[in-house]
Amino acid sequence: MKFDKNKYRIYAKQHAGRSPLAKNCLFAFLIGGGICAAGELLYALFSGPLRCEEKESGLWVSVTLIFLSALFTGLGIFDRIAKHAGAGTLVPITGFANAVASPAIDAKSEGFVLGVGAKMFTVAGPVLLYGTAAGAVWGLICWILSRGRI
Amino acid sequence: MKRRILYPGTPPVILGCATVGGRREKEGPFGALFDLTDKTDRFRKKTWETAEAEMQRLALCKALEKTGKSAMEIDALFAGDLINQCAASVFGLVNVPAPFFGIFGACSTLTEGLTLASLALENPGVSLTAVVTSSHNCSAERQFRSPLEYGGQRPPTSQWTVTGAGAYLLSGRAEEGCCARVTALLPGIAVDSGLTDSSNMGAAMAPAAADTFLSYFAESGERPEDYDLIVTGDLGAEGSSLFLEFLAENGCPNVKNHEDCGALIYDRKRADVHSGGSGCGCAGTMLANRYLPLLLRGEKRRILFAATGALMNAASVQQGLSIPGIAHLVRLESPENGKEKI
Repeated sequence: MKFDKNKYRIYAKQHAGRSPLAKNCLFAFLIGGGICAAGELLYALFSGPLRCEEKESGLWVSVTLIFLSALFTGLGIFDRIAKHAGAGTLVPITGFANAVASPAIDAKSEGFVLGVGAKMFTVAGPVLLYGTAAGAVWGLICWILSRGRI
Repeated sequence: MKRRILYPGTPPVILGCATVGGRREKEGPFGALFDLTDKTDRFRKKTWETAEAEMQRLALCKALEKTGKSAMEIDALFAGDLINQCAASVFGLVNVPAPFFGIFGACSTLTEGLTLASLALENPGVSLTAVVTSSHNCSAERQFRSPLEYGGQRPPTSQWTVTGAGAYLLSGRAEEGCCARVTALLPGIAVDSGLTDSSNMGAAMAPAAADTFLSYFAESGERPEDYDLIVTGDLGAEGSSLFLEFLAENGCPNVKNHEDCGALIYDRKRADVHSGGSGCGCAGTMLANRYLPLLLRGEKRRILFAATGALMNAASVQQGLSIPGIAHLVRLESPENGKEKI
């Protein structure tokens, strides 16, 4: 059977059902917004009744959200929420926590050194590497622009 | 035109079979027909990989038990799965006292195995052969896609790897109670689909499936409607629709008797499997759970069955290589058909 691969590539792409974009955006907005609202509540809790300083409160909010994401990942709940939330759970710090915790759980069967230790960053690794590299480059640019006064 | 259909001198018979499945498969429309299931998908093993190996072992043991055969009688054992280096087959069948052939045909492994097992029976020294295939959702996802608990969204064309194993015993001699006869074989050619999207496997396999069926119809002079069913392995809803378009464009329009194992194995409205099931365990269990009983009861008499595979690995996809597909076809006939001819 003869067929034109290039034409087929274009046709198969057109033929494929689209992800429900409007629904995904709405869920991402609602759930992502909900997580951020929960973050604000936590901030109010830390800076209010728990009497943390401004910077420290922000840190505690991140730590709490990371802990809860890792916990929900371990309990097998995170992926069920993320299936509907999409970018809503991916974009806040929750997505990053899940990206580190989930390969760690998977790799446990290969041991704590070559399994968990080596494979924990298979998903989040690129973000860490290029995030750090971009930070270094940006820092260099700032330093040059400020003529070394930083 | 090169002749591709092979007609075994004495059609081998499928003596018996057994299937093992996971929780989601048990909840599917054919769930009650599995010989063994485990709602934890772990089969009392610590890792997903050993769970899959255990499924292969259980499937073969059950098939032997059901046919009253012993492993010692098997002259050639063909087994395959999706884990690197066919690990599930090796570790599942390591202590089986039979000559072992590890095979890889991605999700087409079942009919690749049936083809080889049937051809082996042509040899006078071979009287009993076995085929075992498996896939496990958790071991496959972990190897090919993302970690199991990773929170992501899957596109509508994606498919769900079946947690299942099937074992089949073939004999060169017709025996009482056999399920079906293998009367023709058409080994598939690997066809490059040109597609690079690993979440649209159905579309990547559709050209290969169409090539196999069209070659069969061209050479045999038969038409799809000459059969009770023409069955594909795991094209899913997406790939099935493209497959039927390929057939229509090449002189086989309005095919009404096509079924796809991947599109049927789950209740797609409830099970959240998008385009359907996939994996060696998809066709591997559906042949035994749906099609062989139809042939055995005489409700269907002639079926063309082709398991379909997407031939790639994680690195080839990352390196941007396009995904070739393959489909090996077997013609299965009701055991009753043979008696009429005699």
